[in-house]
Amino acid sequence: MSGERAEKSPRPENQTSVFVKRKRTFTLAFLAVAALFVISALVTDYNVIAGFESIPKAVVWIVKNLVPDERAWSRLPNILAKLAETALLSVAVTVCAAVCAFFFGLLGTRTTKINPWIGRGVRIVASFFRNVPDVVWAILLLFSFGQNILTGFFALFFVTFGLLTRTFIETIDEVSADCVEALQATGATYMQTVFQGIIPSSIAEIISWILYMIETNIRSSTLIGVLTATGIGYLFDLYYKRLDYGSASLVVVSIVVLVIAIELVSNQIRKVIM
Amino acid sequence: MSELAVPVTGSLSLDLHKHMKKNRGGKIKIGAQSKSGPAVKMTLLVLLGLTIFGFLTFDYKGIDFAGAVSATMNNVQVVFGQPHLKYNTLPGAMHGLLVTFALGVLSTIIGASIALFGALLCARNIANARVATLVKGFVAFIRAVPTILWVLIFAVAAGLGSVAAVVGLSFHSAAYLIKAYSESFEEMDSGTIEALKASGASYWQIVFQAVLPASISYMTAWTFLRFEINFANAIAMGAAAGAGGIGYDLFMAGSFYFDLRELGFITYIVVAAVILLEIVATKVKAKVR
Amino acid sequence: MPILEFQKVSKSYDSKSKALTDVSFAVEEGEFVSIIGPSGSGKSTILRCINRLVDATQGAIVFDGQDITRANKKEIRQIRKKTGMIFQHYNLVDRLSVVENVLHGRLGHKSAMAGVVGYYTEQEKEQAFQIIAKLGLTEQAYKRCDELSGGQKQRVGIARSIMQGPRLILCDEPIASLDPNSSKVIMDHLRNINQTMDITCIFNLHQVDVAIKYSKRIIGLTLGRIVYDGPPDQLDKATIYEIYQSNEGELITDVG
Repeated sequence: MSGERAEKSPRPENQTSVFVKRKRTFTLAFLAVAALFVISALVTDYNVIAGFESIPKAVVWIVKNLVPDERAWSRLPNILAKLAETALLSVAVTVCAAVCAFFFGLLGTRTTKINPWIGRGVRIVASFFRNVPDVVWAILLLFSFGQNILTGFFALFFVTFGLLTRTFIETIDEVSADCVEALQATGATYMQTVFQGIIPSSIAEIISWILYMIETNIRSSTLIGVLTATGIGYLFDLYYKRLDYGSASLVVVSIVVLVIAIELVSNQIRKVIM
Repeated sequence: MSELAVPVTGSLSLDLHKHMKKNRGGKIKIGAQSKSGPAVKMTLLVLLGLTIFGFLTFDYKGIDFAGAVSATMNNVQVVFGQPHLKYNTLPGAMHGLLVTFALGVLSTIIGASIALFGALLCARNIANARVATLVKGFVAFIRAVPTILWVLIFAVAAGLGSVAAVVGLSFHSAAYLIKAYSESFEEMDSGTIEALKASGASYWQIVFQAVLPASISYMTAWTFLRFEINFANAIAMGAAAGAGGIGYDLFMAGSFYFDLRELGFITYIVVAAVILLEIVATKVKAKVR
Repeated sequence: MPILEFQKVSKSYDSKSKALTDVSFAVEEGEFVSIIGPSGSGKSTILRCINRLVDATQGAIVFDGQDITRANKKEIRQIRKKTGMIFQHYNLVDRLSVVENVLHGRLGHKSAMAGVVGYYTEQEKEQAFQIIAKLGLTEQAYKRCDELSGGQKQRVGIARSIMQGPRLILCDEPIASLDPNSSKVIMDHLRNINQTMDITCIFNLHQVDVAIKYSKRIIGLTLGRIVYDGPPDQLDKATIYEIYQSNEGELITDVG
């Protein structure tokens, strides 16, 4: 905040004015947020009190209904099969998107771009893929691929590709700029510079992002599954619409276990490679 | 210049060979001795293996891949090349955008307010260790459940409408921001807190005079990032859980009217809005810093 | 014949200002030349024009009998093979070992594919170890470069450039990030390389005292123009103040 630098000044009269100023900034910011909240609540017809009341009600409902019953356990093999498919799907999507995004991103970094126009073009394309919602891709692909695993694959692929391209460009510019210059100065070729300089210096960051995207994609593929009637999302939606909440809850639990397991493994890997 | 720039002397080279590590084939090793190299290779190999295994075992239901791809290309051309509005109107779409925006705002503000207190409870440097572990575990659980499932669950538990969407989205936001906020609290210089404690400052004084001012720029950045995510999620919830807004318009255009051109028009509106948000967020973040 | 000759070289990054204006000088084989001048005076640009990390706008640069400003992509690689470069921030691949970084000096000599996969011959590896030993890094050979101190990293940088078998080494502020002790070690190594291997060295330095102590010739650069070119003992205070565009007493470096 603007006041922070002045705060260190030893003069007391200055200090009080800073506190007053900070208080005023805080009050203004608070009022702005409150106004935004009220307007948003009016626009969406959101009842704040009902919202808060719903939470204890929901908790009671969850505890009563979202408990796997016997019927649910009998469906476990089916659920696990879909869960494994979802996990493999998000790994496959993320790996494919990461490979494409890395080589595409090379054309967009400050240090390795071939020319400024291509660099700018790469960033625009990446921004496009990042910002077109996965929902749109899913609806669009549903027309041509139908209720197929590939619908989810490509919907996730495009968004992941856009996101990772931007991330890799930033990572490479941050981590590898210096060694790229040095390798170019030794007379190394473009590909030698990439494989001997950029990949070794940025691989840990890249893996960390891949692991993060795998975790995110498991959640996203559930959403796309609900929308396109495929995978684990479809299974949840199916049980949910049949009011078979016991089985639906088992789906939720299995997703939770998978996501947390991936998070734990990812953290271990990050610890070793960073 | 000769191939060997340094003259080889017998004793030097003998001494050197003691320091060289050889592999089984008697070749000199050049890689660093560390755990991270093999770990990187292992991780990449496992990921690659899983990818190949995935592709081999997926149930493609005998789809005509080439046909589907060319159909997709055609559809992409129609969606992005010939956008129009037929069933929806521009004011209608704008209203949808406004609703989605408002859903994002509400869930971000609610999520952030809860997260502020949650983060104070689980930042290692200011909270009780046992409480911190408990809160962190709970938060990890909430984050692990996809937002769509929260919204659907709340839809049954609390009734459909904006309440379920806002509460479901807020739930996930709160959990996400608790993690982000508490990490920025933890990054804070521990000496500052110690000094204030030593001067007899109370807990809330420490929080408001040291912890929050020191992390405000990080927190703003995370909050805006979360707002962008919430906006995207609100679109998804509109499409997949009937939560209204422009996401619902997308769903209607694509899956009810089967009008690709209208899908394209609304997509362009969404993309423009998201890019505008990104620009505004960057400006505000720069100001707070 | 000089190994390197600048003939009225100018460089502008944008249309408004010039980084270099009509720079001309010649360097004989085996010379140890320092270029001094304030930041932004164009020192870095001069070095980078020589190995074409930066392209000169006007004039000719003759290196080893060839005008390098006209070199095509393939010829640029050949020129870079013959010129080593040492950087202020060392510019190593931090996550790779010392040996691997030193072997990077061979990339320009290898086939594209062998370089991509990092295949080096046993002879190359032994040579790398000899250079590493010469720079006193044997104990560190298998360490990752991010485990090294600044002085050690710079020695790896030197080893990498020697590994190229260069005729010329360009040193861009090689000691600007180092403490006085490490700086001395680095400068001594470079002087030693210059004398025993007969490799020409061109330095960018901002420590005038170091330049005077080590080099036999100093080029003073101000706002992209050469204002002094001669031996260190003729470099008087007035000239130094002219180079740094300052008045007496304003410089931290005390010139004796």
